[in-house]
Amino acid sequence: MELKQNEKLDIEYILKDLDKYRPRRRGWTWRKGAGEKRKIGKFEYYEMTENLKNSQPLPAAKYFDNIDPQPQPVITTEIASGRFEDDIRRMRMAAWHGADHIMVIRTAGQSHFDGLIEGTPQGVGGIPVTRKQVRAQRKALDLIEDEVGRPINYHSYVSGVAGPEIAVMFAEEGVNGAHQDPQYNVLYRNINMVRSFVDAASAKKVMAWADMAQIDGAHNANATAREAWKVMPELMVQHAINSIFSVKVGMKKENICLSTVPPTAPPAPCMRLDLPYAVALRELFKEYRMRAQMNTKYMESSTREATVTHVLNLLISELTSADIQSTITPDEGRNVPWHIYNIEAVDTAKQALAGMDGLKEMVEIKRDKGELADRVRELKERAVLFMEEILEVGGYFKAVEEGFFVDSGYYPERNGDGIARKIDGGVGAGTVVERDKDYMAPVTAVFGYNNVAQYDESAVDNPSKLIGGCTFEDPDKIIYIDELDENDNVNVRLEETKELRGTTLLKPEMEWAGDGVIFFTMFLPAEERVAEFAAIEIGKKLGLVDVEVIHKEIMQEAEGTRVEVKGKVPFTIDTSKLVIPPKPVILSDDEIRAEIEAHPMKIVAATVGEDEHSVGLREIIDIKHGGIEKYGIECHYLGTSVPVEKLVDAAIELNADAILASTIISHDDIHYKNMKKLHELCIEKGIRDRVMLVVGGTQVSNELAVASGVDAGFGRGTKGAHVATFLVQKRREMRNEN
Amino acid sequence: MKRADDFQERRKHLANLTDAELEQRFWQLAEKIVEPMIDLAYKNTTPSIERSVLLRMGFSSIEAKAIVDGAVDRGLLGKGAGHLVYRLSRDKNLSIREAGLKLANGEMWDYVVEVFKGGER
Repeated sequence: MELKQNEKLDIEYILKDLDKYRPRRRGWTWRKGAGEKRKIGKFEYYEMTENLKNSQPLPAAKYFDNIDPQPQPVITTEIASGRFEDDIRRMRMAAWHGADHIMVIRTAGQSHFDGLIEGTPQGVGGIPVTRKQVRAQRKALDLIEDEVGRPINYHSYVSGVAGPEIAVMFAEEGVNGAHQDPQYNVLYRNINMVRSFVDAASAKKVMAWADMAQIDGAHNANATAREAWKVMPELMVQHAINSIFSVKVGMKKENICLSTVPPTAPPAPCMRLDLPYAVALRELFKEYRMRAQMNTKYMESSTREATVTHVLNLLISELTSADIQSTITPDEGRNVPWHIYNIEAVDTAKQALAGMDGLKEMVEIKRDKGELADRVRELKERAVLFMEEILEVGGYFKAVEEGFFVDSGYYPERNGDGIARKIDGGVGAGTVVERDKDYMAPVTAVFGYNNVAQYDESAVDNPSKLIGGCTFEDPDKIIYIDELDENDNVNVRLEETKELRGTTLLKPEMEWAGDGVIFFTMFLPAEERVAEFAAIEIGKKLGLVDVEVIHKEIMQEAEGTRVEVKGKVPFTIDTSKLVIPPKPVILSDDEIRAEIEAHPMKIVAATVGEDEHSVGLREIIDIKHGGIEKYGIECHYLGTSVPVEKLVDAAIELNADAILASTIISHDDIHYKNMKKLHELCIEKGIRDRVMLVVGGTQVSNELAVASGVDAGFGRGTKGAHVATFLVQKRREMRNEN
Repeated sequence: MKRADDFQERRKHLANLTDAELEQRFWQLAEKIVEPMIDLAYKNTTPSIERSVLLRMGFSSIEAKAIVDGAVDRGLLGKGAGHLVYRLSRDKNLSIREAGLKLANGEMWDYVVEVFKGGER
């Protein structure tokens, strides 16, 4: 099957015959074409990779021939709605915007689930990662990657007490990357430390066999510590422990990615704190890959504030390096991310990295002297001292027992508030068993002691030979479980939203099909608390249900508050009953030219009122911007801030066929007032029946313009061809009337 | 533990290292820290590891759990859960799948216990 860009992804097709689905490949894929200059549109880029076959460019791309440059790092989007069937659609949207690493967040509590979860139960803040859900999403991503023309990496988590099993399931199902870091289990999930490291080695061995990319968990120390910038020495220690442990298990260094976050955020002077850290880390770990994460620690509910912090994070990526650029949705500080914010986050990364392309050709980090050089050295030394002390107290486990990690002191300073765990405590304590001399596991990718020789000397390097191949060689041996819970599964959920699929019924959504969620922003001239409760009341009066304030910001204590509110609409819209005006037809260049040759046309144009914005009008007129001059229309441009009277007089004097007035300023509806004035003045001067009145501007709507008395209004995105088409057609109409 | 920042005191032995030497030291220390844990992982197993072996042998997660629980109850996890299935299959001329399903259903454990408990450790 092939996706059609104007057709929705068919979830029923995805779910059909899943038991027979086989992934098309294993392993991670980097973007192609990095490290070579390339021409895209009118520009030469230094750091972009191959273009996509199909994509959704940035909004401003229309000024640049609709180019959509794809930066060098793989771009991540994290998807976490709790319903995998809805997440699949979000994945497609994200892929079109430039994401090629889809990271699926697990449901709360899965890391303590001792075994695999099966079926498609709904999750909280993520999905229960099961074979069926993984298979369905990988199958959908196969279609999506064909559509956009770039491999998409699918990713989730190999952590918790079932790490080895999840790793095997991921290897079997073609998952391309995973988080794996035993320290994460120990520190944040209170899983027994011995169990965690023993499991991790087996899980990593399987991941290495499947050529998966691994991302570590060190960034969590940054998110957990009270003062995030102080854990920088420890972060390097955590990265080192997981990295070298992975290498010793057999993972390739180029598949080991450090999850690194610029620890600080404005209003702290974050660049000066974060940049030396980024440099030190990349030097120490030059053989490894960088997964640049964005800061979440200091995120509040302002999406604007989060976006600015994230752009500064991207600047660090650009100035240093990033192999995977992770993105954090700017709404993460206020709700489980919504569709639109996944897209915003991906676009933020794509936009910033495209904009900073080649920056290092002109800007250089002062590496060798001054503050940065001193800080880099100091951070490395502090990290070395940290490890020296781990060994002094008797090793990693002892250090964890003594609360070495996530202490808020800037090592070697200690504040005694680190996370301490007991070697015999935590989830899964006492479950680790020593392998006997005759221990044996007849499968591929086993880490550790494996006495295969007792049965067959020739199978020592290939233990699964003993059983005629395991699932890694013969996927037909995989036992697929469909559903275990008859009430909590995808079929039940799809039944509930059936009326919204393949019908003309439409409902807004932020996370799940049919959730009905909308949000809106308002300014209320009231103090914060009054504004908050007034906003909820406004939402209720608008007929919304489950109204909640998701963000507020004081403009000035007494003068007022900005409030953002979400709520659910309790209705659907039947699109078959909508009256949608037909999309305007554009005549071909040849047809317009022929018409103008047969019947020459003259226009006068100006920006009217006190308006100095002339760029839009010049674009419509000038031949070099593809404006109407190119069809042979004689244009008289009078300039900016021209009084309406003067424009009308010029039209009379030149015997013009049309007046083109541009008006950008829309304050107090001044643009519509000027249109009305233009119309009335033409009547007064007796020319209204022979002159066409056309107005344009970013805030102009055709309907309101016509209601103000002019013949047509053109808004954002108008090209010369639109205006020329209108002029030609309108004049034909007027000729016929006469 | 609480401690003031004694970095200047503590770093004295590092002060004369070149950057390259410092980096080398960083990685030597990291290796030294993980070595005992690698050794631990090499010599030990867990229920999750054993279930992951059974998955690869062609059992579902539910079957794998039943077999591993049976092995834990009988103190046989140190033999390898997959090993138990393999041995039963070989000795009783059953397919791997048939042998594993027997164990998952709580059958034929007596034989497995007899083979392995009597065997060398």
